[in-house]
Amino acid sequence: MNVKFNGRTVEIEEQNVSLYDFLLSKQFELGRLVVELNFEIAPREKWRDIILKDNDTIEVLRFVGGG
Amino acid sequence: MEDKLVIGGRELRSRLFIGTGKFSSNEIIPSIVKSAEAQVITVALRRIDFESKDENILNYIPDDCIIMPNTSGARNADEAIRIARLARAAGCGNWIKIEVVSDNRYLMPDNIETIRATEVLAKEGFVVLPYMSPDLMAAKRLKDAGAAAVMPLGAPIGTNRGLRTKELVKILINEIDLPIIVDAGLGKPSEAAEAMELGAGAVLVNTAIATAGDPVKMAKAFSLAVKAGRMAYFSGTGTVKEYAEASSPLTGFLLDK
Repeated sequence: MNVKFNGRTVEIEEQNVSLYDFLLSKQFELGRLVVELNFEIAPREKWRDIILKDNDTIEVLRFVGGG
Repeated sequence: MEDKLVIGGRELRSRLFIGTGKFSSNEIIPSIVKSAEAQVITVALRRIDFESKDENILNYIPDDCIIMPNTSGARNADEAIRIARLARAAGCGNWIKIEVVSDNRYLMPDNIETIRATEVLAKEGFVVLPYMSPDLMAAKRLKDAGAAAVMPLGAPIGTNRGLRTKELVKILINEIDLPIIVDAGLGKPSEAAEAMELGAGAVLVNTAIATAGDPVKMAKAFSLAVKAGRMAYFSGTGTVKEYAEASSPLTGFLLDK
């Protein structure tokens, strides 16, 4: 299946991949980042329970320098 | 009496807020924060870049600081609201600097959209600090909308042009019963002092420190200037006069025979 991740299409081959697993596979430092799934905030405590579906849109954001 | 700035229920010792953009590297940020004696630090929210492995800026900001994410990139109230909610979900508290800009040349804030965003976010419990063009009516509406402070620009973002909006900022200081924080455009410590002498509650500085030859020393210089300006404000500046008035006694003994 394909998901849209930060604007790019990404193929996921495995089945039943949770949002948490997906983020881990990207080797993100998972502290203090924020995830939007299909334009709604995905609360951190639900990341393990959310199973990704075909055509899901995932946005992963974090803080950078700014004024 | 200790002179503290209270915003959103927090007592602040420091009246120099700093931004974290444009620094040569994140490693320098802790020294900047220390040197500036800053307590409120702005950051921005961005999509994670696949290729770049640069670390989260929050790792470089001391834990006792207040993180104030901005909504930069937002072109209207709805986008600002979306960014604010995301920032809060990232778990860094509930302060937000509203920044709504759709003008790419001068990056001038859209006061009307900013008021709309402030209204919604203040109701949701955010401590809202809106960046705005210094207009009295807009500032009044921001206050009514629940802003915790009002942040007029001194000059366009990143220009280092100084307190060009002085007369208008002064009106806000006189008329708005909220801390007025001069944000954007201040290029030199003397300009920060000027804002503080006027009665600004604080100043927010980024570019002037980040792009200085020695940013750590410049952070210190700004910190001293902000303190000096604040002290001068409380001391009451003297009257401006047209003609000279001697400071030394003009005893006429040279003429006396």
